[in-house]
Amino acid sequence: MDVNRPLGLLAELTHRCPLHCPYCSNPLELIARDAELSTEDWKSVFSQARELGVLQVHMSGGEPLARPDLPDLVAHANDLGCYVNLVTSGLGLTEARLDDLAARGLAHVQLSMQGATAERANRLAGAKAHDRKLAAAAVIKKSGLPLSLNVVLHRQNHDQLAAIIALAEDLGADRLELANTQYYGWALRNRDALMPTREQLAAAEPVVRAASERLRGRMEIVYVVADYYEPFPKPCMYGWGARQLTVAPDGTVLPCPAATAIKTLKLDNVRDTPLAEIWYRSESFTAYRGEDWMSEPCRTCDRRGIDFGGCRCQAFLLTGDAAATDPVCSRSPNRDVVDLILAAPPARDLVMRG
Amino acid sequence: MSTIGTTSVPRLRVGVKLSFDHVRETHVLLYPEGVLVPNKTAAAVLELCDGVRPVAEITAALGKRFTGVRSDDVLDVLARLGERRIVEWT
Repeated sequence: MDVNRPLGLLAELTHRCPLHCPYCSNPLELIARDAELSTEDWKSVFSQARELGVLQVHMSGGEPLARPDLPDLVAHANDLGCYVNLVTSGLGLTEARLDDLAARGLAHVQLSMQGATAERANRLAGAKAHDRKLAAAAVIKKSGLPLSLNVVLHRQNHDQLAAIIALAEDLGADRLELANTQYYGWALRNRDALMPTREQLAAAEPVVRAASERLRGRMEIVYVVADYYEPFPKPCMYGWGARQLTVAPDGTVLPCPAATAIKTLKLDNVRDTPLAEIWYRSESFTAYRGEDWMSEPCRTCDRRGIDFGGCRCQAFLLTGDAAATDPVCSRSPNRDVVDLILAAPPARDLVMRG
Repeated sequence: MSTIGTTSVPRLRVGVKLSFDHVRETHVLLYPEGVLVPNKTAAAVLELCDGVRPVAEITAALGKRFTGVRSDDVLDVLARLGERRIVEWT
């Protein structure tokens, strides 16, 4: 089959993070600082990624500002012709640091927010972070760079949705990403406490629709649905190994950010294997690329070109078989697994990310 | 937005970059969370959108490279790029 060139690289520079969000999708077992790739390793990753076709580089983590070599890495990726995004908690983002990053070619900043009020947001972040995030947003706006706010939604902040949109508007955000929690890594542990109710989702829909309409041309709103409640799965990664790749802090190359969840998947590392080799020929990237791996009901489904069978990680986590239809799908023989989860009584307590 | 015409001045929106991808051998438009491949006409127009030149001047500059360039066609291309949030008017 024809394999497309990748467009995007999610560079998880470090797993270190000042926040303790209970919805964190990074794995339970974080990669330690001394196992992180060196500056030269990362530069090589970016150079290889650009030759492979990557045009968007997302500097992420953890908190990418925890890497003192971030300015160097931004400059390198920009000089290669990549569009460089910074995905940050905002903690540690001073005006001087941001101006330096902007001068080196940073193109866009995505700032996370946990809620609309300091009291709620700090509780959800497990840190006194909210006011510092507001300050970071002001610094980003002052720099002239486009600002996206990323807010993960769940049972414990859905009630603040309208206020979150108003806050984003106040801060002058150009984009607002409202993403219902996806249950991978640490977030999966907290699923019963994070899962929004049907009522919350029903209430959110008209609020988001009205705001998108009202703010058209000023602030773009992206809403990511709570897939467990949907009749069809998300088009995860727009197909396995089709558009994007992720490099973890230690150089492990992942077809999707959550792919370490699939214990049966043999993963490769950029320290040992060239990126192009991994993209085109590795076991991990070829395992679920295209449609040959599909079994019924996906194999003959009229939606297989729309959602690609859904999420491989979710299939593995909920059914034990990464090649199964995503059990979120109403056509999956395992849909009852998801319905049982939705019917379970909610948990009260969140386990904060360690 | 008021009506746009030959005296209007277009520019790339904040956060949008036009560059040439030597791997794919094509112009690409890069913006937050997206990549667009403009056709040759759009790329030629966008290269001239510097936030200073009005549409009339862009049309004239294109006329030196291509034959039969009309300002209406240039406005058409720019209006479509405006709808896609690539271009804004100063």
